[in-house]
Amino acid sequence: MEFKKEALYAKTHEWVIFDGDTAIIGISDFAQSELGDLVFVNLPEEGDDVVAGEAFADVESVKAVSDIYSPVTGVVAEINEGLLDAPEMINDDAFGAWFIKVSDVTDKSELISAEEYEAFCESEEE
Amino acid sequence: MLVFEKSRPGRGVSALPECDVEILCPEDKDLRKTELHLPEMAEVDLSRHYTELAHKAHGVNDGFYPLGSCTMKYNPRVNEKIAALPGFTDIHPLQPVRTAQGCMKVIKETSDALCQITGMSDFTLQPAAGAHGEFTGLLLIKAYHLANGDTQRTKIIVPDSAHGTNPASAVMAGMEVINVDSDDKGLVDLNKLREVCEVNDEIAGLMLTNPNTAGLFDPNIKEITDIIHQCGGQCYYDGANLNAVMGWARPGDMGFDCVHLNLHKTFSTPHGGGGPGSGPVGCKEHLAKFMPGVKVVDFDEHSNTNMLSFAKAEESLGEMKNFYGNFLVAVKALTYIKMLGKQGIPEASKNAVLNANYMMNKLKGAYDMAFDPKVCMHEFVMDLSRQAKETGITAMDIAKGLLDNNIHPPTMYFPLTVHEALMAEPCETESKETLDHAIDVFLQLNELAYHDPEKLHQAPVTTPVTRLDEVGAARHPILKYEF
Amino acid sequence: MGTFVPNTKAQQEEMLREIGFEKLDDLFAHIPEDVKFQGELELPDGMSEMEVTKAMKALADENVIYDSIFRGAGAYKHYIPAIVGSVLANETLQTAYTPYQAEISQGVLQSIFEYQTMICDLTGMDVSNASVYDGATAAAEAVAMCRERKQNKALVSAAIQPSVMKVIETYCFGNGMELEVVAEKDGKTDIDDLKAKMSDDIACVYIQHPNYYGNLEDAQAIGEIAHSAKKCKFIMGVNPITLGVLKTPREYGADFAVGEAQPLGLPIAFGGPYIGFMASINSMKRKLPGRIVGQTTDHNGKTGYVLTLQAREQHIRREKASSNICSNQALCALAVGVYLSAMGNEGIRNVATQCYSKAHYMAKRFEEIGFNVENKDFFHEFVTSSDVDIHIVLKKLSDAGILGGQPLDTHRILWCCTEMNTKEDIDKVIEILKEV
Repeated sequence: MEFKKEALYAKTHEWVIFDGDTAIIGISDFAQSELGDLVFVNLPEEGDDVVAGEAFADVESVKAVSDIYSPVTGVVAEINEGLLDAPEMINDDAFGAWFIKVSDVTDKSELISAEEYEAFCESEEE
Repeated sequence: MLVFEKSRPGRGVSALPECDVEILCPEDKDLRKTELHLPEMAEVDLSRHYTELAHKAHGVNDGFYPLGSCTMKYNPRVNEKIAALPGFTDIHPLQPVRTAQGCMKVIKETSDALCQITGMSDFTLQPAAGAHGEFTGLLLIKAYHLANGDTQRTKIIVPDSAHGTNPASAVMAGMEVINVDSDDKGLVDLNKLREVCEVNDEIAGLMLTNPNTAGLFDPNIKEITDIIHQCGGQCYYDGANLNAVMGWARPGDMGFDCVHLNLHKTFSTPHGGGGPGSGPVGCKEHLAKFMPGVKVVDFDEHSNTNMLSFAKAEESLGEMKNFYGNFLVAVKALTYIKMLGKQGIPEASKNAVLNANYMMNKLKGAYDMAFDPKVCMHEFVMDLSRQAKETGITAMDIAKGLLDNNIHPPTMYFPLTVHEALMAEPCETESKETLDHAIDVFLQLNELAYHDPEKLHQAPVTTPVTRLDEVGAARHPILKYEF
Repeated sequence: MGTFVPNTKAQQEEMLREIGFEKLDDLFAHIPEDVKFQGELELPDGMSEMEVTKAMKALADENVIYDSIFRGAGAYKHYIPAIVGSVLANETLQTAYTPYQAEISQGVLQSIFEYQTMICDLTGMDVSNASVYDGATAAAEAVAMCRERKQNKALVSAAIQPSVMKVIETYCFGNGMELEVVAEKDGKTDIDDLKAKMSDDIACVYIQHPNYYGNLEDAQAIGEIAHSAKKCKFIMGVNPITLGVLKTPREYGADFAVGEAQPLGLPIAFGGPYIGFMASINSMKRKLPGRIVGQTTDHNGKTGYVLTLQAREQHIRREKASSNICSNQALCALAVGVYLSAMGNEGIRNVATQCYSKAHYMAKRFEEIGFNVENKDFFHEFVTSSDVDIHIVLKKLSDAGILGGQPLDTHRILWCCTEMNTKEDIDKVIEILKEV
């Protein structure tokens, strides 16, 4: 299980990396392993607004669908179209498989460090 | 092999004569340019193709089918014989009513019988399936509240054990679902229900099945429907489990205002591999004026004859589908109702309950029963959490083991409130011998779970294919044959 | 009385004893008396199979079977090859449930996969679902699934089958989608009215082609207008029989093709069961409601079929699903599959051509006897108007064992010809109407 140090995490299991003015967002390695084999991801469109704490995408496994929440408020600058054809990338490399890049970030949810997130996941598992 | 792979250009069935008028063609701009790739088959090859497909399927005629909540009872052959009569199959839905009196009598007699069995005052046969009936029932409730000026009544209460169609139907009807948890006996928690209903003028109603999805009859049912009525809501009865109560308890008497039935479950019409079904909706008098479709009535005011005719409800909510519903399915159901009659209908339900209790009691030692009831209704839910923990064998594994024994598995992983659920509904049309054999198989599989779990993980091994890659199918969908 | 309970009274008693009960009623002892039904159902006594056959046959005999039918309007009498009925009578295929247990349901799943392929082939679309209840609900579901957050309005042509319009209205009454009707002009969708009504909040444009009056629409132009708005989808309702010769919805630029597949092998049967088909271009496949079957492999690498893309559906997506539909019309889809396999490419072209040719022959003959044929470009349905009261026309025909066209108003009738109507039958209609 990877808890990448450069990233910050939301308690709803998304990671975010700030690259200048842009926030890159994906789901954590812990989240993908809990969700199991992902078969599809519904992404927003470029130019859509996202709001911190609100769902912006969902991921499907064979028997379930789960909402993905945005850790920031802003505008979708880019989506990872590759995921639409190969959702297995999320299972293979949760950090490589980013979902969206968000610009014009005006707000954030409560975000925690990798260490805090790892401890949080351990408590969730119990 | 797919039918397309068996196709050979130039073959075909000699179905039609030559055209006896001058052959004309639409203008070139309207003609299809895309090539057609339909199969070209001799009749003998077609016949064998579909026989082969039938060999790779499992119907009620192939063996025991205790699929919970689906009521896979035997489908009498006489139903099919009657529904194939040209006097039913060759009647155009828009024929003048005086030339379709027999069809209209079928609709009327079926509706009247269903009113009797459910304690409702009106029925429409228009809805095509259970989910469609559910949608219809919710629209009836919506129309009722709107007519009363209660536009804010948009919340519908469903128990946590409800089927996924309930919330989906609610959204289609522009409503929102409020879930109410069950108590530790698997029944509606009256206190929680009261809490939700207290000072709430947004409640449109309640959707409930009784017996519920765990096969338990809720003895508080009258109190439940009273609570809803007191806060201004309407009660909707999901008839999925009517096979338990026919002839001895009626949704109308329990306090329900409307109900949908599944003719393909309770009234013995075949499931057809997933349809066509039929989901008639019944209601009490205060909802009747909103009913969709047309009703068959005794006298035609205009023609002044004693012919049956069609009439629309005063404030009808509209049409649920074309014409009068899945008519031939109603023909089969009516045949069944007529054959059983007033004695046979309660007899069927009571034997369904007997068979379920017999099986539940024989399996109790090996399998834990959800909510551990003394008596169940027409179905019961096994909880395999213990096996899963102790042996790694899940409900899914037992189900796959049953496939190797020519028994269709019970419904898996439903209700969602039970983790490793197997929901079995044996039906009244199964003999003691069939039940005894199935009980033996269930017990053997439980033994296997404890002694050779690996063997069960590999099951099934005798079926035309083994476990299929569902993940691959969903990730990279292949949804048609590529020519 | 009839019964399908195999256990004898003695067996029932034995079973009760084995599980610790004395009599059947003991199983219901815990149910409060006040919810128990008191007395006896007001139903007749049960019957033997012989008696019920006689009783039901008597009902069937009260109906008039017309040998010669010139009425369509949503239900079409075509020739059904014998093989269709014989496959549908197969007890296994007929009595199976929805194919949840894929390992023992390959036959049902494969038949649906073949059906999906044939629907795609006919319509030119990429993806088909496993079918829905009927053509009207297919249209209503199609309209509903195009709804987006900012696109909540549907434009529907006034020239569609009226009962389909009513079903769309009902679905919109439910989900709160706005429905606006595009006017009809000379029996076709009014293009100018459509243009005037287009805007960025339109979710979809729905037309029927050929339309209710049998006319061919300017589908290409309508599709282009629909696509001029940002997210607007173009839905075409089509009679699949016509696709043996007519341009496919795909060729017209449609995003979705839907319709009533009853003409493909199902009897008219007083309105049902029928079958609705729904197909889309690839990018829209996840919008389709209902079941879809996909191809995959088993543990040993053997090809097999499963229900797939299930996360679209109600049992997983619950309140976020765009539809509550669970079942399909599987046995009807099987009928369609057998029918199309029996007819083949030549057969389906032949049916379509005969429908077209006979309708045009009949229209010409109508004009010869002074009826006005309103249509210019039509397929196998057309509208006549004349000074003669339609009741007289239809009564005369009915007396001769002929079901005439569908009355539209006091002087207009919608006629339909299929391959079942012989030249002799058509000439007979004309002979009779010449007199009135």
